Amino acid sequence: MGAYIARRILITLPLLLAVSFLTFLLISFSPVEPAEVILRAQEVPLITDELIERTNEELGLDKPFIIQYFHWLISSLQLDFGNSYVKNEPVWNLVGPAFINTFKLTVASTIVIIIFSVLIGVICAVNERKMVDRWMRTILFVFTATPSYLLGAVCIYLFSVKLDLLPTSGMEGVESYILPVLVTSLGYIGIYFRNIRSAMINNLNEDYVLYGRASGLSEYTITWHILRNSLQVAVSIFCMAIPLILGGTVVIENVFAWPGLGSLSIGAILNRDFPIIQAYVLIVAVAFVIFNMISDILNAMLNPRIRNDS
Amino acid sequence: MRLIRNLVRDKLGITSLLFLVLVMLMGVFAPIIAPHDPLAINMPLRYASPSWEHLLGNDHLGRDVLSRILYGIRASVLWIFLALIISVCIGTVMGFIAGYYRGIVDSIIMRICDVMLSFPVYVITIAIVGILGVGLENILFAFVLMKWAWFARIIRTSVLQYIEMEYVKYARTIGLSHRSIILRHILPLTFSDIAVVASSSMSSMILQISGLSFLGLGIKAPNAEWGMMLSEAREVMFTRPELMIAPGVAIISVVIGFNFLSDSLQVALNPELRQPSKIIE
Repeated sequence: MGAYIARRILITLPLLLAVSFLTFLLISFSPVEPAEVILRAQEVPLITDELIERTNEELGLDKPFIIQYFHWLISSLQLDFGNSYVKNEPVWNLVGPAFINTFKLTVASTIVIIIFSVLIGVICAVNERKMVDRWMRTILFVFTATPSYLLGAVCIYLFSVKLDLLPTSGMEGVESYILPVLVTSLGYIGIYFRNIRSAMINNLNEDYVLYGRASGLSEYTITWHILRNSLQVAVSIFCMAIPLILGGTVVIENVFAWPGLGSLSIGAILNRDFPIIQAYVLIVAVAFVIFNMISDILNAMLNPRIRNDS
Repeated sequence: MRLIRNLVRDKLGITSLLFLVLVMLMGVFAPIIAPHDPLAINMPLRYASPSWEHLLGNDHLGRDVLSRILYGIRASVLWIFLALIISVCIGTVMGFIAGYYRGIVDSIIMRICDVMLSFPVYVITIAIVGILGVGLENILFAFVLMKWAWFARIIRTSVLQYIEMEYVKYARTIGLSHRSIILRHILPLTFSDIAVVASSSMSSMILQISGLSFLGLGIKAPNAEWGMMLSEAREVMFTRPELMIAPGVAIISVVIGFNFLSDSLQVALNPELRQPSKIIE
């Protein structure tokens, strides 16, 4: 097991380096000159070539590409992503808190997804092909096909405006979590409960279940045993869910005005605030890679067969 | 082909396929079948309810909603389908090169795929839109850039699997050229795998791209696109919630169609999935 973990971490390091290089490379493809964006943002009335050159010099943008990259990488490792072009504030002061907010939303959604996928999966598996099972599957099938922003808008309309129960947007108290978490979770629940359900149904046909029934165990005890054996599927799926949600909250954050990375990055795009975009891409990609690594390691712990497969 | 024969037998699958083909044809022939100009502003008809003249009513600028939905098929479905096909083609070529020739080429391609797949799709799309500017073409470019790696991996796996088959080994032994082994003996087999993966990615791509258009990063106004129509409808959600219905139903039904199609393709590919205990639906 130790060898697998070591190998998995060793693969991750060059991957992180490649990710950071690609992030840096992407921004350099921009057709707009960064110096020009900065000068515009500072409302300099007349932008001359000379002024652009001087700004480039100040920012070190006149140095060779690879040197710029290492400069950027080293300062990024110290969480120094430069200053926002538009707000003239250190990028980390904007991106750091936003990342934490996005992460809170991700964790809360993952917990909800775990609870409800298992619950609905079990209910459907136990009542396979009965009314409950059919209805649950149909309803969740429609939810997975519904765009999250539409679901979000409908929820705001119903719960915040018509019933006046929940806040429409922002991040104030516990109740402001309810709608964003609900909307984020629904799509994933609709996918994951099917895996739990089919894992449980597969287990239902195993010999140990037949043996348990033959020895007169109660249905409740048998279901508990099946659930325990199906949880491995659950754990591996949910490990994969965290990075997916983390990278996909952009739309929902904007619908609910959640002060996270998604809202921040859309604003940065419209302003062409490259350091923020760069920091956003780097942070989410690094988090994505690291969580994928953790999920692979957890999977290998649970399923020895994976370990030997390089 | 067995895949098609099995699919035709599956009522839900073939219905979805016909529905999707119909939708795409409506998108292609939108100029002929759309009752009005989708861009024609008609202020006296602002927020008009459905009438015989305007079957789905009019939007905040008095434009005909039905015509906008029909023209919207182009940006919301057809262009995405094109991007999907391009990334499937790139992925197939790369996957074949990696899986068939193995060795150093394989390692290089797979490492590139690893890097591409370590970025969440939304993030790279935002980076690219941030650099190249707002527009549907930039979003599609980002998707092609990301998705091919995903297809390349899957196709490589199936090539590796088919290359071990007896008759492929035989074909190699009797000295058939690489070209004819690939084209005649392996490609047809991988087709079904490609179809399953492509149809299920299509629904997630439609949802994701419409989400980006909803945020205003996609197609530019005044062109019609379903995500943007929903975004325009959201502005007046509290007074005119009914404007969300038409584009919402359009997206949901197309996505459901692709989901059904991919499930049916999967069953058509592995008929044992139809067994009661393993049904996936």
